[in-house]
Amino acid sequence: MSLDWDIFCRSTTGTERIAGCLGQGGELSYLQWLVSAWGWTATVAVLGFAVALAIGMWVGTLRTLHAHRWLVVLAAAWVELFRNIPLLVQVFLWYHVAPFFIPALKLMPSWLLVSVALGLFTSARIAEQVRAGIQSLPRAQRSAALALGMSETQTYRWVILPVALRVMIPALTSEAMSIVKNSSVAFAVSVAELTQFALQAQEETARGVEIYLAVTLLYAATAFAVNRALAFVEARVRVPGVGAAARQEA
Amino acid sequence: MTAMRWLPVGVLLLCSVLAARADTLQKIAASGRITLAYRESSVPFSYLDGPHQPIGFGIDIYAHVIDAIKRVTGRRDLQVVWQAVSSQNRIPLIANGTVDLECGSTSNTVARSKSVAFAVNYFYTGPRLLVKKDSGVHGLADLAGKPVAVTAGTTSFKLMRKLDLDRGLGMTLLAGKDHVDSFLLVDVGRAVAFVMDDILLYGQILNAKHPAQWEVVGEALQVEPYACMLRKDDKAFKQLVDGAIIGLMQSGEFERIYEKWFLSPIPPRGRGLNLPMSRALRDNLRVHADQPAS
Repeated sequence: MSLDWDIFCRSTTGTERIAGCLGQGGELSYLQWLVSAWGWTATVAVLGFAVALAIGMWVGTLRTLHAHRWLVVLAAAWVELFRNIPLLVQVFLWYHVAPFFIPALKLMPSWLLVSVALGLFTSARIAEQVRAGIQSLPRAQRSAALALGMSETQTYRWVILPVALRVMIPALTSEAMSIVKNSSVAFAVSVAELTQFALQAQEETARGVEIYLAVTLLYAATAFAVNRALAFVEARVRVPGVGAAARQEA
Repeated sequence: MTAMRWLPVGVLLLCSVLAARADTLQKIAASGRITLAYRESSVPFSYLDGPHQPIGFGIDIYAHVIDAIKRVTGRRDLQVVWQAVSSQNRIPLIANGTVDLECGSTSNTVARSKSVAFAVNYFYTGPRLLVKKDSGVHGLADLAGKPVAVTAGTTSFKLMRKLDLDRGLGMTLLAGKDHVDSFLLVDVGRAVAFVMDDILLYGQILNAKHPAQWEVVGEALQVEPYACMLRKDDKAFKQLVDGAIIGLMQSGEFERIYEKWFLSPIPPRGRGLNLPMSRALRDNLRVHADQPAS
C-alpha cells in the first residue's frame, strides 16, 4: 500500500484537490482542518496547564504547612480526589453530571469545561511535585529563615519556593507534555481537536494510515516542543549549586 | 549461506502474498470461527438487548449468512464470535481482519469502497433532523447560526459541512462520539438538532425517556443505501453473502424480517418504529444492486 499525502490538499466539503492546499472563502482543505484541530488541542492543553499550575502550586504548598492541620487535610483531600478518578470519568462528570446541579455550567462552552477538568486533574499531580520539591530542600533553610525573623509567608515567598519551584521544573516538564497528550479526552465532549479530526477524517477519506501518521507526528512534535521550551526555561532559571544538574557536576 | 541471507525476505514476501489474498471463507473453514460485528445502539439494525445480547435487523440477516457458510464449508460446528464496533472503528476492524462481516447501519459509499466491499444494499435512508417539538426548527434553513449535533465518523458530518458552506448557514457543528451522545447534546440544549439518517433518529426517539417530546423534521438531505460490509477483493465470500441476502429477497423472507424490525413493536421498550418499506428498498428487492450512493 502506497501512502497518498495528497489527501491533505483535498477539499473537506467536496472531492476535488485544492490548488496550493489552502481553500478560500470558507472551503477548507484537510490540511487546514488539521491545523485548526491542532489549535484546539493546543488551546485545551495551554488553558488546562494554566489552571493546573495555578491550583497545583497552592495545593502543594498548603500540604507542607504542618502548623495548619486543617489546611493540610484539605489539600490532601484535593489531591486524592482528583488523582484517584480516571480522567475521562472526570470529564464526563463535569460535562454531564455537574450541569445537573449547577445549571450555569450548561452555558459554558465544552472546550472551556474540558480545559478546567483537565486542569483540575493535573493540579493534583503538580501539587504532589510542588510538595516533593519543597520537602527536598534542607529543613535548616526554613529554620534559618524563621530565625532571621521572617514570617512563614515571607519564608515561603523568599526562601523556599524560589528554590523548590526551580528544582521541580523537570517533573513539571513531564506534566506539561502529558497534558498535551491527555487533551485528547476533549474529543469525548465534542471539541474539534486532533483526535476527533483523526476519527472523522480517516472515515471520510478512507486514508486512515496517512491521517493517523500525521496526527501522531503532530502530537509527538508538540509534546517535544514543550519539552524543549521548558528545558530552555530550566537552563535559564537554574541556580548554580542547586538541583539535579548541580549534584551531577559535583 | 547466500540462500539463508534471503530467507527473511522470502518469508516477508510470502506473508504479504498471504495477507493480500483475503480469503475469509478459507479462514472460517480452517478455524471453525467467524467474527461478526454488532453495534451497541444502532436501533433497529444492530443493538444490545441486555448486556451481551446483540439483536436487530442485521443480526437476523447474519443467521441466514451463517446457514449458507455452514453449507459451503461443511462446518456444522461453526462458532460465532461477537465483536462490538463503533462508527469510527468498524472499517479498520473489517479491513485488518479482526471482524469478518458487519451487517449494521453502515452506508455504502464510494470513499469506503476503497478499503472495504459491500453486499447487496438492504436498506435506504437519508439524513434528516431530530429536534424537540418546541424547538421551532422545521428544516435546514432554521438551523442558520445554531449549534447542530452530528456523530463523529459518519457521512452526515461531511454532508453538513458542505451544506453549511454552500448555503452560508453559519452553523456550529458539534461532533458527538456516538449517536447516544449526539442525542444527549440536543437533549441538554447544547445543540438544537441532531442530523443523522432518519431511521437511526426514529430509533433514538424510540429509546428516549419522553418520546412525545421529539420529532424528525425536514427533507432527506440525500439518500444512502445501507449494506453489509466485508473485506475487499474477496469474491467468494461476497458471493456467498450476496447469495444469502438475495435468497431472502426472492423468497419473501426479507419482507418478513423487515416487518419484524420496522413495523412491529421491538425490544427493549416494546414500541414500534412504524416505518413502511421505502420505494428505493422495494425496487432493490428485484434489482439486487450493491452500488454506493451516487
